[in-house]
Amino acid sequence: MSNDFKPNIVGFLCNWCTYAAADLAGQSKFDIKPSINVIRVMCSSRIDPNLVLGAFLWGADGVLVAGCHPGDCHYEKGNFYTRRRFTQMKKVLETLNLDPDRLQLAWVSASEGQRYRDVINAFTDKIKEMGPNPLKPNPAV
Amino acid sequence: MSKVFKINKPAEEGLVGFLKHLLDSGKVKGVMTLVKNDAPVDSAKYSVNYSLVTKSEALGNAVPLYPLMPANAGSLLSDLTIKQPLKEPIAVVLKPCEIRAFVELVKREQGHLDNMLLISSSCGGVYQFDVFVNEDMDKKLPDYWKAVKNLDLYDSLRPTCNGCIHFEPYTADITVDLVGNKNLDKECTMYINTENGQKYIDGMEGKSSEAALDKKPLKEFLEKRERERNQLFSDISDQIVGLDNLINTFGRCLGCHGCGNTCPICYCILCDFESKNHEFSPSTYETELSKRGGIRVPPNTLLYHLGRLTHMSYSCIGCGLCSDVCPVDIPVSTIFVRVGENAQKLFDYVPGRDVDEKIPLTKFEKDEFAEVEE
Repeated sequence: MSNDFKPNIVGFLCNWCTYAAADLAGQSKFDIKPSINVIRVMCSSRIDPNLVLGAFLWGADGVLVAGCHPGDCHYEKGNFYTRRRFTQMKKVLETLNLDPDRLQLAWVSASEGQRYRDVINAFTDKIKEMGPNPLKPNPAV
Repeated sequence: MSKVFKINKPAEEGLVGFLKHLLDSGKVKGVMTLVKNDAPVDSAKYSVNYSLVTKSEALGNAVPLYPLMPANAGSLLSDLTIKQPLKEPIAVVLKPCEIRAFVELVKREQGHLDNMLLISSSCGGVYQFDVFVNEDMDKKLPDYWKAVKNLDLYDSLRPTCNGCIHFEPYTADITVDLVGNKNLDKECTMYINTENGQKYIDGMEGKSSEAALDKKPLKEFLEKRERERNQLFSDISDQIVGLDNLINTFGRCLGCHGCGNTCPICYCILCDFESKNHEFSPSTYETELSKRGGIRVPPNTLLYHLGRLTHMSYSCIGCGLCSDVCPVDIPVSTIFVRVGENAQKLFDYVPGRDVDEKIPLTKFEKDEFAEVEE
């Protein structure tokens, strides 16, 4: 893939952990690749599969869903539901062979600014390798 | 060991007799079953639909075992009981997948099972609407019953019916034995599965005995159905696996949402796809056009199907209504059964198997699915 491809990643970040981690990473002036568009949600379990699928069909190269570590959810058990829903959604994409690897779930807690940087950079590299979303230029969707 | 009750009449006639007895003796206050409406003129065709009747005379035209599903009775029962449980008992005769649909709806707090006598049958499948409307059913029906007796697959049925492996009802109180029953024309055999069922059958004229359901012919039938199912799945794979195939298959979609509207599991009163979320302003179109150089109109039809697949395929009971109502013949139900099966395997879940089994997305284990996490 040519090097001038800049991945466009949509990140749904939970308000209590990963969004705070993103804040921390920014304050700590970590070197994060400018590929992610952050959407803050109150809990990762609030993310309807439609939002993720919609992001893909309207041209996102990758989608990151991130929240608190299991057991640390601000609402006690939200992220356990997220994990089930995410697994199920990924299974559907797998069955239809629709690049399930463009979808990623990550647990990043509020104090893990460095981990946030690592997750974003690694995911960006992965998407860069996979190339742009084949749906992007497709007017049939 | 379950109890068997035999009535010395053909299966359908015996069942109607039982329903009449239930109404006349006051054990139930109403019966919901398929009823045949004769056409007013000879050139027209009769219709078959679900009716809720309270007088036994109205059962004269009842055809409880007619192989047609004019609507999913699961959603009809949900309409009846969504606000509160029934105060007085009714008996309903429905197909196994319709019971499963209703059980799924009850799990979603869209209905109540109280005061309901569920009568079902081992199911040989139902006709496609196309066949029922356009062909001479009086000529076709004997073929259907012959196929049911001889455990054959029959090609005028819904494709998902021929590939259905849940033809035995899971939670019925009374099961009428149809599939593989050679004595269909002579006697009505009913298996009493629950105490509730026994309560209603007491006092009815007939022979009661104890016998286990003969599983052997059913096993043979199951194997046949499984083979057909695998064939169906491998045929559908060519149409849905991979982005190009998917766009091609759903490219026909009109966006009428008929599949979702008839689906018993799609119960949301305001569907996200019919809400303002999916109405776009001219500026959205302008942005998209400047970015992509073109856009499908109406947009989001593929998203609709993918969204529905992720929202409810793990609960899809495979009744086949969605394919039957599709005006452009997209094999919706086969796709949903195919994708749903994988999702159901993930959670070891069979939709409608047990009303106490929780919906997979409303429960969790603390340690599971570690492979999806980063």
